[in-house]
Amino acid sequence: MEQAVHIAAVTRDYLVWIPLLPLLGFLFNGIGWILLREKLPRTVVNWIACLTVAGGFLFSVRGFFDLMSLPVGSYLHQEIFDWVVVGDISAPFGLVLDRLSAVMCLVVTGVGGLIHLYSTGYMGHDHAFARYFAYLNLFTFAMLILVMAANILLMFVGWEGVGLCSYLLIGFWYEDEQKAIAGQKAFIVNRIGDFGFLIGIFTLFLFTGQLDFYGMRAWMADPLNAEFLTKGTLLGVSIATFIGIALFVGATGKSAQIPLYVWLPDAMAGPTPVSALIHAATMVTAGVYMIGRMSFLYVLTPEALAIVAGIGIATAIFSATIGLTQNDIKKVLAYSTVSQLGYMFAAMGVGAFAAGIFHLTTHAFFKALLFLGAGSVIHGLSGEQDMRKMGGLSSKMPITFMTMLAAWLAIAGIFPFAGFVSKDEILWKAFSNSVHATTFNTAVYVVGLVAAGLTAIYMTRLMMMTFMTKSRMEHDVEHHVHESPWTMALPLVLLAVLSVLGGLLNWPKALGGSALFEHWLEPMWPGLHEAGAHAFSHALEYGLMALSVGIAATAIVVVFFLYRSHTDKIKALAENMHLFYEASLNKYWVDEIYKALIIEPLKRLSDKVLFRFVDVGIVDGAVNGVGSVTKLWAELWKRMQSGQVQTYALYMVFGVLLVLCVHFGLR
Amino acid sequence: MSPIVIGLDHFLSLSAVLFGIGMIGALVRRNAITVFMSIELMLNAVNLAFAAFAYYRWDTTGQVFVFLVMVVAACEVAAGLAIILALFRNKETVNLDELNVMRW
Repeated sequence: MEQAVHIAAVTRDYLVWIPLLPLLGFLFNGIGWILLREKLPRTVVNWIACLTVAGGFLFSVRGFFDLMSLPVGSYLHQEIFDWVVVGDISAPFGLVLDRLSAVMCLVVTGVGGLIHLYSTGYMGHDHAFARYFAYLNLFTFAMLILVMAANILLMFVGWEGVGLCSYLLIGFWYEDEQKAIAGQKAFIVNRIGDFGFLIGIFTLFLFTGQLDFYGMRAWMADPLNAEFLTKGTLLGVSIATFIGIALFVGATGKSAQIPLYVWLPDAMAGPTPVSALIHAATMVTAGVYMIGRMSFLYVLTPEALAIVAGIGIATAIFSATIGLTQNDIKKVLAYSTVSQLGYMFAAMGVGAFAAGIFHLTTHAFFKALLFLGAGSVIHGLSGEQDMRKMGGLSSKMPITFMTMLAAWLAIAGIFPFAGFVSKDEILWKAFSNSVHATTFNTAVYVVGLVAAGLTAIYMTRLMMMTFMTKSRMEHDVEHHVHESPWTMALPLVLLAVLSVLGGLLNWPKALGGSALFEHWLEPMWPGLHEAGAHAFSHALEYGLMALSVGIAATAIVVVFFLYRSHTDKIKALAENMHLFYEASLNKYWVDEIYKALIIEPLKRLSDKVLFRFVDVGIVDGAVNGVGSVTKLWAELWKRMQSGQVQTYALYMVFGVLLVLCVHFGLR
Repeated sequence: MSPIVIGLDHFLSLSAVLFGIGMIGALVRRNAITVFMSIELMLNAVNLAFAAFAYYRWDTTGQVFVFLVMVVAACEVAAGLAIILALFRNKETVNLDELNVMRW
């Protein structure tokens, strides 16, 4: 048993500035856009947007150093105002910066800030730039609220907020109907997941009475309460498992896991920096973060963890196989993102929370870089996204090429790039953890290994088709190819440095490092036992490392030579594996299956039953029925009103007589 | 043969007869003026009953009511005749059967 960490809250008044600055940026640019439209000076918008996020980054850094100087287990806290106070329920609008949210804040504002800077170049020709930056700042604000929320209700506000911004930014070019529809798809699929998330919150509150994260953690630290959650059953599973699964359903929506991943590839309709920020580096990792935040719950329920790990690793390999054949450069990256998110969930699911969060961080570096690089290519090629019409760009766009080279090697897991360290840590933990049975672990490990190989293959394919093969560009496109301006190149270079060196943050002990990142996050998940990890020798760890690097390197070399001089063999391969090729190219027809199995029946149900029967038949019927009965009754009696005053007088006389008769008759 | 002593009964009977005549007139006559006069007749029938009660019960309350009814009747005449006059100017008739525009 490890020692219990002493948890202590320290109040800090500057925390509010981290989310507030982007919010102010949003208000400025948003109101400016409404009032002035394009007349708002572009430079002002750019500076406001970038500086507010940079300010958030500086405050996050300050919080980070503050945390470093405080004893282990302390966290920074600020209560801004009373938010929900109903009876004995109290959920203040409170922010928390602990070791986990500090990492997230640094990623969101750091990588996010670079992407804002990049956007000033990328969106340099768009007329609605103020609207774009307003949305981007709003997103940063919502994401920071999600990350820093002191209670799960406030987290849900951020959760929905980022979903809204995602919708707004995917459909940013809403004049194009396809793009508007992609935005709606993202929003609706996310709503399905959010339903599960809400169920999770409700159940959690129902059984624990806690909303505050640290309150929950303290509550569950009590063995009696923990036993209540693990022994009590709900719908056939333990309460803890039920809550864990319900919350994870929310995560599958937000973080694009099977079965709700379908929105993410379509989300590529948005501007490319948006894909980098929201659909690669930050928002889609919210689910991973949430599981990390709720780790004290998940450690109580190996069943839910097994589901998380299973779904995660299945998603990882499933979307990797789709990524193999896509021709749109952004689609490849989108499926790659889904796949990498799967890795993160696999890590969370095997109890390797630190490894998951670390992969989240390195992935934010190299995947943001890949998207920004792809954006740079698309920008340089005047909007061309089809890799079949690229090629030979390595000499024309040297900075983009060199930086993407770093990201490529990082995501492929080549030693010693950032992706190698984080991915290998996940594979190692998947293999060596003591949370699940050995067969389960081995299965997760093997699938993860295969997915890692596939990752190397599709990324190499992307690099070859884009940069290193002969140019297949259309003539007038080729004529205009240009390297991107410094505002776009600088973020690329910085992210490339991070992709190369990021691994040092968590250099594994087996390689003589000190696993700094893991130690930093250790106080976040007490009660996690890593006993099994020590039963394996370093030799085995080296062996597995060599194996995964070997697979990745082999994949890279093979694909490299195939695309360099044996393109005919690729065609032959595609024809030989015709069935698989078609399935992968068509994304396993998942969208079509969903359409046939869910959307169409739902539409038919809505039309035939809910609309024609319930609404028109019952609801309208009741309303109209009341009306027509009244009308019929009135039709019967309206003849009394003849307009003849003397008839009325006669009625009166009869009335008086009647009253008199009754009065005297009853006496 | 004892002389007929006029008592309360007689007054009340006369009042009832007058009221009945007035009511029948108000119900069956078609000329608005006549109907109006019939209503006055009914009011006066009631006045007669009030006065008779006041006299025989030695109570002035009945007489007070008579004054009240007379004042109201006077007001009613003023307003009612004005309405009939206005009606006649617009419709060129005071036949109540023809004045049935407020029907369904």
